[in-house]
Amino acid sequence: MSFPILSYMIFIPFLGIIAVLVLRKEQVQAIRWASALFSFIPLVLSFFLLAHYDSSTSTMQFVEKHTWIPSLGVTYFLGADGLSVPMLFLTALLSFLSVIASFNIKFRVKEYFAFFLLLEVGMMGVFAALDFFLFYIFWEVMLVPMYFLIGIWGGPRKEYAAIKFFLYTLFGSVFMLIGILALYFTSQPHTLNMMELISQAPLLGRGFQLIVFVAFFLAFAIKVPIFPFHTWLPDAHVEAPTAVSVILAGILLKMGIYGLLRVSLPMFPKAALYYALPLALLALINIVYGALVCMAQKDLKKMVAYSSVSHMGYCILGISALTVTGVSGCVFQMFSHGLITGALFLLVGVLYDRAHTRDIDAFGGLWIKIPVYSGVMILFCMGSLGLPGLSGFISEFMVFIGSFPVFKVIVALAVLGVVITAAYFLRMIQKMFLGTFNTKWEALTEISGRELFTVIPLAILMIGVGVYPSPLADMIRATLENIVHLVTG
Amino acid sequence: MLPYSWLIPCFPLLSFALIIFFTIKKPRLSSLVSIGAVALSFLFSFIVLVTVLGNPVTSEFKINWLDLPGFKVEAGMLIDPLTAVMLMVVTIVSMLVQIYSVGYMAGDSRFSRYFSFLSLFTFSMLGLVLSNNFFEIFIFWELVGLTSYLLIGFWFEKKTASDAGKKAFITTRTGDLAFLVGIFLLTTTVGTLNFQEAFHQVESGAISSTLLTLSAILIFGGAVGKSAQFPLHVWLPDAMEGPTPVSALIHAATMVAAGVYLVARLMSIYALSVPASLVVAIIGAFTAFLAASIALVQNDIKRVLAYSTISQLGYMIMALGLGGYTAGTFHLMTHASFKALLFLGAGSVIHSMHTNDIWEMGGLYLKMRTTAITFILGSLSLAGIFPLSGFWSKDEILLLALNKSPIFALVGLAVAFMTAFYMFRLCFIAFYGKARDQHKFEHAHESPKVMTVPLVILAFLSVFAGWVGIPWLSKGYSTFVYHHEVHHLEPNFILMLVATFVALSGIYLAYVIYYKGTISAERLKNRFSSIHKLLYNKYYFDELYNAIIIRPLFKLADFLFKKFDLGVIDWLVNAAGNFTVFLSWFWELFDTYVVDGAVNGLGYVVRGTGAGIRKVQTGQLQNYAFVIFFGIVLIILLKIF
Repeated sequence: MSFPILSYMIFIPFLGIIAVLVLRKEQVQAIRWASALFSFIPLVLSFFLLAHYDSSTSTMQFVEKHTWIPSLGVTYFLGADGLSVPMLFLTALLSFLSVIASFNIKFRVKEYFAFFLLLEVGMMGVFAALDFFLFYIFWEVMLVPMYFLIGIWGGPRKEYAAIKFFLYTLFGSVFMLIGILALYFTSQPHTLNMMELISQAPLLGRGFQLIVFVAFFLAFAIKVPIFPFHTWLPDAHVEAPTAVSVILAGILLKMGIYGLLRVSLPMFPKAALYYALPLALLALINIVYGALVCMAQKDLKKMVAYSSVSHMGYCILGISALTVTGVSGCVFQMFSHGLITGALFLLVGVLYDRAHTRDIDAFGGLWIKIPVYSGVMILFCMGSLGLPGLSGFISEFMVFIGSFPVFKVIVALAVLGVVITAAYFLRMIQKMFLGTFNTKWEALTEISGRELFTVIPLAILMIGVGVYPSPLADMIRATLENIVHLVTG
Repeated sequence: MLPYSWLIPCFPLLSFALIIFFTIKKPRLSSLVSIGAVALSFLFSFIVLVTVLGNPVTSEFKINWLDLPGFKVEAGMLIDPLTAVMLMVVTIVSMLVQIYSVGYMAGDSRFSRYFSFLSLFTFSMLGLVLSNNFFEIFIFWELVGLTSYLLIGFWFEKKTASDAGKKAFITTRTGDLAFLVGIFLLTTTVGTLNFQEAFHQVESGAISSTLLTLSAILIFGGAVGKSAQFPLHVWLPDAMEGPTPVSALIHAATMVAAGVYLVARLMSIYALSVPASLVVAIIGAFTAFLAASIALVQNDIKRVLAYSTISQLGYMIMALGLGGYTAGTFHLMTHASFKALLFLGAGSVIHSMHTNDIWEMGGLYLKMRTTAITFILGSLSLAGIFPLSGFWSKDEILLLALNKSPIFALVGLAVAFMTAFYMFRLCFIAFYGKARDQHKFEHAHESPKVMTVPLVILAFLSVFAGWVGIPWLSKGYSTFVYHHEVHHLEPNFILMLVATFVALSGIYLAYVIYYKGTISAERLKNRFSSIHKLLYNKYYFDELYNAIIIRPLFKLADFLFKKFDLGVIDWLVNAAGNFTVFLSWFWELFDTYVVDGAVNGLGYVVRGTGAGIRKVQTGQLQNYAFVIFFGIVLIILLKIF
């Protein structure tokens, strides 16, 4: 494949930034459509990626490699495998839909879309980079636009949330940087090539692995987030504007998981085995504790935010089991959670734009007034609580059945999360959509065509993966088998 | 023909999609689409039944749906006599209920949506009975739960209705947790999700008996939830908030029987675990008794029927626990017909009286003859009066219990007595005597044909469907639906007589109290007021669960969020942040006063020293000479001492 598709996917949004900056700030409509166009092209390209990906092998595909800073051994090295292709697709899809959902931004439109496209550059880059130098750059590139997007266009406590997010993540990144340097100086010859480092992993001493694993783990755990590093998430998610919450929940959280699968497992196999049990326990806490905290929420957006903590726990559980089925369940959950929670944030935004409140208790009987909105919302809630036939169920089932042989008691307890999740979602549905109609919302209008357009693709994919999961399972299998094989031998 | 059986659930699924996307604005068309679809399913099911009757073997059709390492997830169908019978039960009841609903739901603002939900339910239920593996059955198991939730809360404007839907979903899901863990335990040990392969593995000893028992009991947890068995029975009475035809279809005839079906389907597993079977039998018997006793004193017509359903499901579960594959499923079939009839009859009464309270009814026989006659036929069948359907199936269970363990037969007889009593208490109060609410009575009327015709058909089935199981038949239910080999128990005349006597005495007691009034119901109630109160309040299960589970859980959630998440973890994060800010402020001060102070201070010192020392450098020779002289003197003095 000579066509550098990954570079195009990363840098076409960058062209979009230039286009947006060239336009005058009064040309709001043009800025919007330019952003839509420049986020749509990567989506089209990602379909090519899906179509041309050869799922029979675990080797990197669509590889681009150029020397960049020879003195440090830094290369411009991109590639995609069964782990990154679904994530690149998800990134392209959610970015495009979020741009469409952002058409209602009225304040400093030009900067908003410029930052948003920069965010997309960073996300694409993280999932495609195979050189640590590049990886780290993209990882940090995401932080800046995210900081401004929350801090400028956010809710009432935006400054606090933005700073908390920024510092917390940066704190983690520093440890990752130390980890990267440790790997660089230990490798022979010194290299930042991730593939090379993976192949050298068996040479690393156990003690070294145990320590450096923790450095990387801190960075990834904050991103996921894993208990007790999760408190930045509800603040950031709640204060961020709708589209940014979508990206945060849909993509950014997955980077932590992606990092664990791409870096922690294959580069520190001994440590991964050593830390499997603590990891499973943390996963259990995430699942059950996250779900319980959801039950105490009165703010709809905060509830959805905390539900991510619980749902990411399933990913961690799947990883900790170190079985192919468990890890496959983890990737399914990454994908599925991106679809479902992305849609939930979009829908929360739709309601908030009209009602200017997210207090669950303030509504009631909305199903009568806005049946389409309510129906779609309930559908995604069902997806999130793991209803069979929708993607969330498949991923939970795979995680459970993949980890059960390894951690019987932990899985048996984690299953409790399923029922608590049902409880808080049904409670929310009842309070908001069922019961007598609260006449205060007489003027509430039905979801618009544009808004519906942003969630329909997600619904189709959610049902599609739920009913026919084989294509996704086939795509990720070889890669994940390889990763698990690297750890367990 | 059998390979095309997958079409059976597909018709209702198609109907669901058609209604939601196309005909939602056209109520009449929606109902026709839905009924047409289930009629097609019925037709195909009938062909399946005929085929299986002609050649009663187990056929399996499957495709690979998802490949997991060491684990195939299939989409498939398992068709054996049990499946064929269940397909018939589901499609017949569903079809009749849907026809009935055209009258019952007429004029409802969400008429089309109602039929789409019924179609979705029928699809899921048919999928459930056709499943050939644990994964698939669990999927449909949850989907019937979803449609049950949607239909219980169909009139969601009423808080009680939406509460009931939520309660049903969460309670059954609690049972499903056990089910799920049981599936994991069993299938990861034997290495397959497929029923038949798992049975072979279990029979060849691939799983230790402890694990087998544990997983069998866990899986039974699912049945406990779905079939509303103790201790998860609390949701079913509340589920009566749904439209009455829904109660007939989902909460009497089909979905709640899914738990019974599950245990029957997994008979090969339960048959190999004595302790698990015993647990099943005890839970069933206990529930049968518990629920029947509650039904004795309830005043809401649907709640009496709901507790009756719980009790009868317990009967079936008990039978299965005692190894009675034939008896349990036979009772499932007859129960579906007469309980659907009773619910639809109750619906007909409610439709005309606009009340559920039996004490506002009375004398309805005069106004609603068809409803009354069919209802009484259904009650007779449920009470187990010869020669109606219920008699034969109840007799099978009692006979089995007597052969296995007489104590269960005693419980069975006690339940039969109570059943006859509460049903005829209902009949006498509602249909006989004088009108208690004159206004409502005057407005009472027989329901339209579209509702009474299904009643008549179901009444016919309530009388005759059980005849396929008459024990003297050489070819009957027991030679068609059986597990491994036909267990032909010798019919026991004495037992039949005893059972009939027990049922009749229950009816007679109800007659004496509620028709003749020879014994005053009031006085009985006062005499046994504490027992009455206990039964009337359903043994306070709801209050108990509220106090020990639900409220503590919400308290815990609140505590974790406010005190721990915000109070401890986030506090620490903020404290770390604030500490950093404090540190930077401190270092700034340090910087200004100490570090900078030191630098500046050194300057001052040097300057000051310089200024001081400059005074010494006067440039006058006599001063220098004086200092030298003085210095020499000082040195000499130091040397000397």
